[in-house]
Amino acid sequence: MTDSLRYKVAIVGAAETTELGVLPNMSTTQLHVDATVNAIKDCGIDKNQIDGIATTMNPAILAHYLGIVPRWLDNTSVGGTSFLIQVRHAAAAIAMGLCDTALVAMGQSGRSRVGEVTARIGDTAAAEGPRTDISYPGQFESIYGTAGPSTLFGMGVLRYMQETGTTHEQLASVAVAQRKWSNQVPRAMMRDLITLDDVFDSRMVCYPFHLFECCLVTDGGGAIILTRAERANDFPKKPVYILGTGESTETPIVSQMYDMTSSTAFKVSSRQAFQEAGISHGDVDHLMIYDAFAHLPIYGLEDLGFVGRGEAGAFIQEGNTSPGGKLPMNTNGGGLSYTHTGMYGMFAMQEAIRQVRGEAAHQVPGVKVSFCQGVGGMFMAAGSLVFSNEPSH
Amino acid sequence: MSQERYRKPVPVPTPETQFFWDKCKEHELWIQRCHVCQHVFFYPRFHCPQCLSDDVPWFKASGKAILWSYMINHRPVPGFEEDTPYAIAVVQLEEGPRMMSNIVGVDNTPENLVLDMPLEVTFEDATEEIAIPKFKPASSDW
Repeated sequence: MTDSLRYKVAIVGAAETTELGVLPNMSTTQLHVDATVNAIKDCGIDKNQIDGIATTMNPAILAHYLGIVPRWLDNTSVGGTSFLIQVRHAAAAIAMGLCDTALVAMGQSGRSRVGEVTARIGDTAAAEGPRTDISYPGQFESIYGTAGPSTLFGMGVLRYMQETGTTHEQLASVAVAQRKWSNQVPRAMMRDLITLDDVFDSRMVCYPFHLFECCLVTDGGGAIILTRAERANDFPKKPVYILGTGESTETPIVSQMYDMTSSTAFKVSSRQAFQEAGISHGDVDHLMIYDAFAHLPIYGLEDLGFVGRGEAGAFIQEGNTSPGGKLPMNTNGGGLSYTHTGMYGMFAMQEAIRQVRGEAAHQVPGVKVSFCQGVGGMFMAAGSLVFSNEPSH
Repeated sequence: MSQERYRKPVPVPTPETQFFWDKCKEHELWIQRCHVCQHVFFYPRFHCPQCLSDDVPWFKASGKAILWSYMINHRPVPGFEEDTPYAIAVVQLEEGPRMMSNIVGVDNTPENLVLDMPLEVTFEDATEEIAIPKFKPASSDW
């Protein structure tokens, strides 16, 4: 690579919606707007300086609502990792001069379903139209009784457990570990500490996943404002520099993954991000891995290369990702305990930004570098970002 | 075939998949093998995903498979209420490709569903035009 985005762009504003959880009075559009207004306040920018907009909804809707006429757009929509990928695209656009100040905004009425126009990915059997669904999942998966991510995302996990010796206890320990983080996060929906028995006693949703191994379903949003690194110190908050970026796709139909025990897209996107950042795994102080279900941090730790094949379950169960552990992970409690509107990637980024700024609710001491890994659809897509609070090494 | 209306989702074939579903209606499982690079693949496509050749003839699969992985859904889904809890499985065909399916002819419990168990295809008639390939425990190890 002759050129890279490393240190060229910084996040200067970042915020979530004023409230998270069950918000029946907020439409999808309003959740975008609320988060955006909060991000604008976070950096104190004049909204008219925003000249680039990325969203998974039609960017024109948000632009016109805000009274902004952008000169750069991105509408990448590959599930919950889309916002990580949009940050990557925004950084590239800023580095190329296509725009100067970009907004990446997200809002989703995943719980209350106010103004949601598209069915959730993989939700075809539960939606009205399975008999007219000509997609590959519609023809080759929905017919077998799939109904959204809980019946699809973990399709390979029993295979993974057999091949690696990973246990049900280790899978459940993901939920236990993350609750140790959210226990001190006031905005988290689930904060009570839990044990392995609590996980096993929770309702079976889709074997081998109990309720506590499945993400929450909530309403909320978030927004991020990026600009050139040279301008980053003009804003009140400590800049968060983009060190590395990556993206990839694998398959729109989870039963056709190349290897059901590993995410090819995780490997490709994270490798790009590590290479661009010029860091090794030991340089990562803080890690977010999109956890729609408990197996995702396990796949992620291995596919990103933090641990070897089959080691992630024990690594988590032994406390390495818990408070006080050597690799703090999903420190807001994750999709399992913090919030999950359906497209969680924005919230993973927000927590990584808070940790790098030093303003997280359950702050890890001395975070300089955070790695944030997103997944979209059911192992359909991936995005990776590396953040740092230092302008250069 | 049940006289009651089939209430589970029914596939809507597209030009790429029509031949597959036509053969299913005859209770035969057909997949494709690239004539150029010999790659065997599923789901149906007009091009080989390995070499992009459009010379991708169909052949009849043996119908033998092993249980690759699965989940057991405990929440009722329209059309599947009476089956709940039921397994949504991925099987690996003898020829190599994997496909999603249901496992019939055995109670869908973790004790009964052992990975790598031998299976064979069977078909569930859904409509006059559509039969769904499903898998049942093999009558003998293959």
